[in-house]
Amino acid sequence: MATTREGVEETQDQTIESSDKYRSLWADVWRQFRRHKGAMVGLVLLTIIMFGSFIGPLIYPLDPFAIDTSQASLSPSLDHPMGTDNLGRDVMARVMVGGRISLSVGIAAMIVGVVIGTAVGIISGFFSKLDGILMRGTDMFLALPILPLLLVIIMLFRDPLREAFGPELGIFILVVTIIGITSWMQTARVVRGDVLALKEQEFVLAAHSIGSRKRSVVFRHIFPNVLSPVMVAAALGVAIAIITESALSFLGLGFPSDFPTWGRLLFDAQGYITITPMRVLWPGILISLTVISVNFIGDGLRDALDPKLRSQ
Amino acid sequence: MGRYIIRRVLFAIPTLIAISFVIFAILDLAPGDPTASLPLTIPPEDREKIREALGFNDPFLVSWLKWLYQMMIVEPIFLIEQMFNITIGDGENRVRIISWSSRAPAVDTIIERIPQTLWVLGLAFILGIMIAIPVGVISAYKQYSVFDNVGTFVTMVGYSVPTFFTGLLAIVIFSVWLGWFPSFYDTTHVVDWTSWESIWFQIKQMIMPVAVLALFNAAALSRFTRSSMLDNLNEDYVRTARSKGLNENKVLVTHVLRNSLIPVVTLIALQIPGVFAGAIITEQIFRINGLGQLLISAIQGADVPMVQTLTFLFAVLIVIFNLVADVTYGLLDPRIRYD
Amino acid sequence: MKRTKWLSLFAVLALVLAACGDGDDGAADTTEGATATTEAPTATTEAPDEGGTAGQGGELTLLQWQAPSTLNPLLSGGTKELLAASLILDPLAEYDPDGNLVATLAAEIPTVDNGGVAEDLMSITWTLKDDVLWSDGSAFTADDVVFTWEYCTNTPDCTQSTFFTGVTSVEAVDATHVLVTFDALTPFPYNAFVTFQSPIIQKAQFEDCVGADATACTDANFGPIGTGAYMVNDFKVNDTVLYDYNPNFRGAADGKPFFGTVLIKGGGDAEASARSVLVLGEADYGWNLQVDPIVLADMEATGLGIVKAGFASSVERIMVNQTDPNPDLGDQRSEPGTVHPFLTDPAVYQALSMAINRQELVDVGYGFAGSPTCNVWPGAPYASTANDACLTQDIDGANALLDAAGYADTDGDGIREDPDTGDPLFLLYQTSTNAVRQSNQDLVKSYWAQIGVDTELKNIDASVFFGGDQASPDTYQVFYSDVEMYTNNSGSPDPQTYMANWTTAQVISPSTNFGGGNIPRYSNAEYDALHEELTTTGELDRRIEIIKALNDLVIQAGAMIPLIYRADVSAFANSIEGVGTLNGWDSEYWNVEDWTRSG
Repeated sequence: MATTREGVEETQDQTIESSDKYRSLWADVWRQFRRHKGAMVGLVLLTIIMFGSFIGPLIYPLDPFAIDTSQASLSPSLDHPMGTDNLGRDVMARVMVGGRISLSVGIAAMIVGVVIGTAVGIISGFFSKLDGILMRGTDMFLALPILPLLLVIIMLFRDPLREAFGPELGIFILVVTIIGITSWMQTARVVRGDVLALKEQEFVLAAHSIGSRKRSVVFRHIFPNVLSPVMVAAALGVAIAIITESALSFLGLGFPSDFPTWGRLLFDAQGYITITPMRVLWPGILISLTVISVNFIGDGLRDALDPKLRSQ
Repeated sequence: MGRYIIRRVLFAIPTLIAISFVIFAILDLAPGDPTASLPLTIPPEDREKIREALGFNDPFLVSWLKWLYQMMIVEPIFLIEQMFNITIGDGENRVRIISWSSRAPAVDTIIERIPQTLWVLGLAFILGIMIAIPVGVISAYKQYSVFDNVGTFVTMVGYSVPTFFTGLLAIVIFSVWLGWFPSFYDTTHVVDWTSWESIWFQIKQMIMPVAVLALFNAAALSRFTRSSMLDNLNEDYVRTARSKGLNENKVLVTHVLRNSLIPVVTLIALQIPGVFAGAIITEQIFRINGLGQLLISAIQGADVPMVQTLTFLFAVLIVIFNLVADVTYGLLDPRIRYD
Repeated sequence: MKRTKWLSLFAVLALVLAACGDGDDGAADTTEGATATTEAPTATTEAPDEGGTAGQGGELTLLQWQAPSTLNPLLSGGTKELLAASLILDPLAEYDPDGNLVATLAAEIPTVDNGGVAEDLMSITWTLKDDVLWSDGSAFTADDVVFTWEYCTNTPDCTQSTFFTGVTSVEAVDATHVLVTFDALTPFPYNAFVTFQSPIIQKAQFEDCVGADATACTDANFGPIGTGAYMVNDFKVNDTVLYDYNPNFRGAADGKPFFGTVLIKGGGDAEASARSVLVLGEADYGWNLQVDPIVLADMEATGLGIVKAGFASSVERIMVNQTDPNPDLGDQRSEPGTVHPFLTDPAVYQALSMAINRQELVDVGYGFAGSPTCNVWPGAPYASTANDACLTQDIDGANALLDAAGYADTDGDGIREDPDTGDPLFLLYQTSTNAVRQSNQDLVKSYWAQIGVDTELKNIDASVFFGGDQASPDTYQVFYSDVEMYTNNSGSPDPQTYMANWTTAQVISPSTNFGGGNIPRYSNAEYDALHEELTTTGELDRRIEIIKALNDLVIQAGAMIPLIYRADVSAFANSIEGVGTLNGWDSEYWNVEDWTRSG
């Protein structure tokens, strides 16, 4: 009996210690993250861009949708810091609103992709019976042609979504779903690889040997240890989603013409590159900067979450 | 290992058939009409006749099975006949897969396009690898040095800036303002390897798209190489090797590089299908009429047999190279067990 | 040990695959010989050049950003294919840029006066030139003309069968006379074998390619033998076509054509083509330049080329749905039995038309390649002047009209309500995906907002919008929206077939499988009767009167709102001479044998 009480006290002590450790784990991660100069710059840049996109339109006086053809295709000036497009709309206002949509699409699509990818990766890596089927399924998704898929989905779901959610939200859901279901495969493969390696580690074998149920092994041991590549994948996922949305808009698919996204703005502006180059440069630079920041952050996260690096 | 390979290959065949079924189903559901690009002056009755003649209205299962038969049996026979100059059986009555827009065999057009795809995209791919690996290795070895920081920055930019943006900028700067390179790719140009002028012409028209794509490929690969090297440089066995007194080069090349390249090689294998699927947008911008441009114009023209054949071929490449990647990974890394 | 064995096996496999790949490359490249040269090409034909100076002008580079996918115009019908084929094949007669018939393979244009057209208007006899040779040296005869008709009528794939509607027979009276008989009175018999859409193909070449065999004849389809100025050297599908001059061309004695080779290069988009010709000087001609006029003007300012516009019959218009597209109607949606809640009210459609500033639409999207119009047929001599009030934007008048008709804004949200149903005036406005169309949509939406009408914009991929997929809710035929915008045009300078589009017989509905040309589902007995009269009237002045009346009927009934009279736009390098006005009625290459290069 005494041993048990001691044992209980000891475990209590350990619990307190481990919650201390738990808090300082993330503080540790943050400290390592701060050492990565690129990641810090990325974080600052991303914050500025997000601020500009979400708060900017509330402050900026010009209307991104106001057409005035007498002001068409002007170079940057005090009135129009980024110039105007061929219908006289202010480019800066459109870039800010465009940022809102592009960033929202990026984050939402990333969430969809990462959730699906992680789930598939863990299940496939852990339960070897399902591995074959899931991996062949991944192959199939990798082989799917995105463009016809997009046309079909738009045809099948555009009107019902429009009825249910209104034109803007409907298309948003459409584009997010499409990017999400076509981008989870990479994450799944990476997670699966990690899970396969983790499965053979001693602590997992130990967990099995003391009789833990499979579900608790997955959630308590496997999942936290794959968080690192998952977070990196998430960061990269945002980048890929933003680029994919721009590419879709660049091909004329995706959002309709009166909803500016960065990709759409680039698409509309490419013919005017010799007349109003700023119209092309600004959306392109912003897409690049956002993606660079996100990638740097991902890089920093990867470094910060790697315990071997942290201990140095 | 042998059993694993055989198992995967056997598994691949029904996978590919299933993939072709899904692709066909998607295309069948997809809106689009091969007569859409005809002028509006052609009355609807005539359009219906044309659609009928193309086989557009055939029931789904019938056209899929017909296509499957043509793809799996007729086309390979034709290919073998061409390669070895023989005739197998009754060549006259075999019907090949016909494209709806050109009314010619789809596979012929695809083969016609392979040279420009290989020239530009293949070269960009190889160039990308040749730049990426040394950069990645040195970056990792001298982590946080000036080289690493500059290298990381440049590769980050290369990886993050979309290729259609860099492509547009390249055309404006190098074609319009400087006038150094042509803005479109002339596929009729035949390279005469004995004439320097002919070779220089080919180089000039390839430089921009190859540079744009190689930058992108190199960036992605070098970051991956760097992180893989970093993983290995901190391993204990490296410390052991150094403490044994091996010189630095030997440590790097014989031990670290060999192990680091394992995931890199698998990534390269996975990216090879991308060479063929092409950078669709880059091909558009530089007007290189390769396989990517063929796919997109077939989709826009609702040319179902062409889209079906092309996407199936891409799927085959992806499945094959996935297998190659997995097997290579298994061969190179003794820790991975497949049975 | 085992692993190295597998590794080496793989390495060998990889090498073998790589070698095969190279083999393919090599094979593909050795098919052609020379690149562009100024010497005589390695033609496969006989008949030496009879002392003419034809083909000495070097290479002509034509950019068609939509590249041809076949060279048999009877199997395709897309303008890009017809153009590419028009360098090789000729019809009996063509239209010049002013819409006048010009004899090409025919000796003269048959009319009632010269006896070519029968008095009862039931047949026409074409007299052919007697010295025309095919590029392989054989003689062109009436048999080829008859065969062309047989080929098209017996091949379901033939896309140009509309040119032979009403033709009961085509016979070779003798080697140089062809008799075409019709099934009904045909005041305008110049459809069959006229324009680049209905050229003559060689009987000897295509004899075995009729009917189901048509698609199997890839060699013939990709290399048709023709009577035109050029012949095919090499064709890469959807990419390039390389031509050599035809030494047997009927103008060879005059030194025509000037250029020895022609390269048609496809790919990219309109802006890239325009840039190549006007700014970079990389090509001599760029086709179909749907580019913002400001950009085009800026490119032209470089001074290397000139942009030309060819007007014919193309009108960009807004079709007004006379039926109800409400999805609640299910199967009855946009069916002829239903009536639109408010678009058939004259006050509404007139107000909508008055609110539009057509000149602004032109300035933004078309520049000199467009002009505002209020008619569905804007070209002389059939253009009506009765509707020209629409050329001036009148927002106040439009508002007054709607106010007087009772469409008041009852809830103060800026949108008027329909007094009968209480619903707000809301329009779903669709069109194809195209930058110019989208800017025009934005503008029209802003005009209509000023008169209290709410608009939602929708754009659909062109291959879907213009396709005939009956399962799709997005085609322009099913018209599941309130208004839609696109361009239509006539295949011929004679408006009779075109104006038939708005007769009751052509009304589209699911019961006709969406066949027919009456997109707005406009039905008017008076219109039908007038058109009926047109089909039997031979006298030109009366025809002009009827056509103007038909035009006025359909516009004033609000079945459509015409916007812009559009021209085809192409760019030419300054060094190219002999082109003249751009031809909007026929092939833009119609006089390519006259083109030369200066300096």
